Amino acid sequence: MAIGGHVTGAEVVASADLARGVPVTRAPRVTDWRGPIAHAILIASVVVLAFPLYYAFVISTQTLSEVTSLPPKLVPSTHMLENYADAWTRAKMGRLLLNSAIVALAVAFGKIVISLLSAFAIVYFNFRGKQIVFWMIFITLMLPVPVRIVSTYQVVSVLGWVDTYWGLTVPLMASATGTFLFRQYYQTIPDSLAEAAQLDGAGPLRFLWSILLPLSTANIAALFVILFVYGWNDYLWPLMVTNSPEMRTAVIGIDSLIPRTSQLPEWNVAMAAAMMVLLPPVAVIVLMQRWFVKGLIESEK
Amino acid sequence: MKRTVFRNRWLPYALVAPQLVVTIVFFFWPAFDSLRLSLYRASPFGDRLIFIGSGNFARLLGDPAYFRSVATSFAFSLVVTFVGLALALLLASLANARIRGLAVYRTLLLWPYGIAPAVAGVIWLFVFHPSFGVLPYVLSFVTAYQFNWFLKGWVALTLIVVAAIWKQFGYNLAFYLAGLQAIPGSVLEAASVDGADPIRKFFAITFPLLSPVTFFLFTLNMTFSFFDTFGLVHAVTQGGPGDATSILVYRAWKDGFDGLQLGYSAAQSVILMLLVVALTAVQFRYAEKKVTY
Repeated sequence: MAIGGHVTGAEVVASADLARGVPVTRAPRVTDWRGPIAHAILIASVVVLAFPLYYAFVISTQTLSEVTSLPPKLVPSTHMLENYADAWTRAKMGRLLLNSAIVALAVAFGKIVISLLSAFAIVYFNFRGKQIVFWMIFITLMLPVPVRIVSTYQVVSVLGWVDTYWGLTVPLMASATGTFLFRQYYQTIPDSLAEAAQLDGAGPLRFLWSILLPLSTANIAALFVILFVYGWNDYLWPLMVTNSPEMRTAVIGIDSLIPRTSQLPEWNVAMAAAMMVLLPPVAVIVLMQRWFVKGLIESEK
Repeated sequence: MKRTVFRNRWLPYALVAPQLVVTIVFFFWPAFDSLRLSLYRASPFGDRLIFIGSGNFARLLGDPAYFRSVATSFAFSLVVTFVGLALALLLASLANARIRGLAVYRTLLLWPYGIAPAVAGVIWLFVFHPSFGVLPYVLSFVTAYQFNWFLKGWVALTLIVVAAIWKQFGYNLAFYLAGLQAIPGSVLEAASVDGADPIRKFFAITFPLLSPVTFFLFTLNMTFSFFDTFGLVHAVTQGGPGDATSILVYRAWKDGFDGLQLGYSAAQSVILMLLVVALTAVQFRYAEKKVTY
């Protein structure tokens, strides 16, 4: 995700404050204009940001003649159910959304599991070749998937993974963001914890499962939000690695509903599909907001 | 460095194995294969590869269309990043006050991050639609100029710039606001006592103290606009009209998958890799010198 970088959590003091999410409830003591101005600016920003989404929603409820009428109508109309049903059957949205869900969840869980394990090995063991392993993993932070597109496709095709869930998900796990995050976190955990576990006769796997994992839940949740959104929204890779309509993900599948110049301008149906595709990742961000901000900061380190 | 506390001969290898296998198969193999492929071109029937040495690179460097893509990519990323950050910082500075409901505002600002670039593009495509969109309709009262992005390159470019900034703007603003609120009031009061006016205070104190946030947002926005906007370009403009919106990643994809010129596309990948490595190096140097923590 990151090209690299030097910013660490402690350094982005400000953002850490955002992550904690402490609402500032102290009212201004002296009556000045700063409070009202602040509200006005924030409300204006929120409204401007929300307008395109509102507009898209409004279009998704209109009939074809309302969509093409001038001046544009900016209030919801009566055709919502028809348009959503139409989009659902024409683009086979059920299958597309299922694929996106599988990809997003597999990328998120797969990457969390492999990075938890490798970070555990790197922090809690000494082994021959550890430095090489470390650098091999961390150099991946430098080069995102788009800079090696054709070759990655060829590798997947050699493995026979084109048009499969394996092909859609596993290559997206080859990045060190998660490993880096868990490594940073493990290093802040006191040594005494592992020593105590050893005295109690717990082996490394027992320690990982019963102590490290419960301590890592906030980091896991943070990584989950970022990876879910990434997996759901990724466009380039699923576009390359799938051929059949059954294996397409939702962000790509709705392409077939966008009216091109020579077609009937059924933007109401296209917008209905767009609303269905954007809802899950937006919901994850809104519902898991606290971890989202944490994840955004930590995964960029 | 942590004191290592567990001893086991094979377990650490088993633990790093999944990550290592994925990294080797899907990172090192393709990266080296790109290097190798960039020295070949496909035969006329596409059945074998012919070694041509630096031929692909020579062809790229002699191709004005490629340099247009380089220029488009950099202009696009820099405009998205600078305009997005400047606007966010300006509004955050004006809105920096101790007010109620900041948590609510934050929620209302962060959600667009979840929208896929391609979907953001489709929404803005309709807002800009020459026949039915609300924006050309409103503009038609101001000017007779036809803002038709099907025909005019700069309108198409503006469309994807606006869609990209829109998607990033909310959290840029949220992060700057949080950054500003973390600056102790006493520092700014001291400057006021010394007679500094608001603009001087901003450039002498606020902006340097915000540099970690700026640096963080800069990296995030540059990475986003350079790489993640592929979907935006593919779904909305398909690089056109002409090649007005052909950013580098889009061109590499198009030459490789549409044009089946694997070697030519691999050479572009190699140049992209070098570019990313160079940018990362610059970023580290800049981080060491300029950023006040």
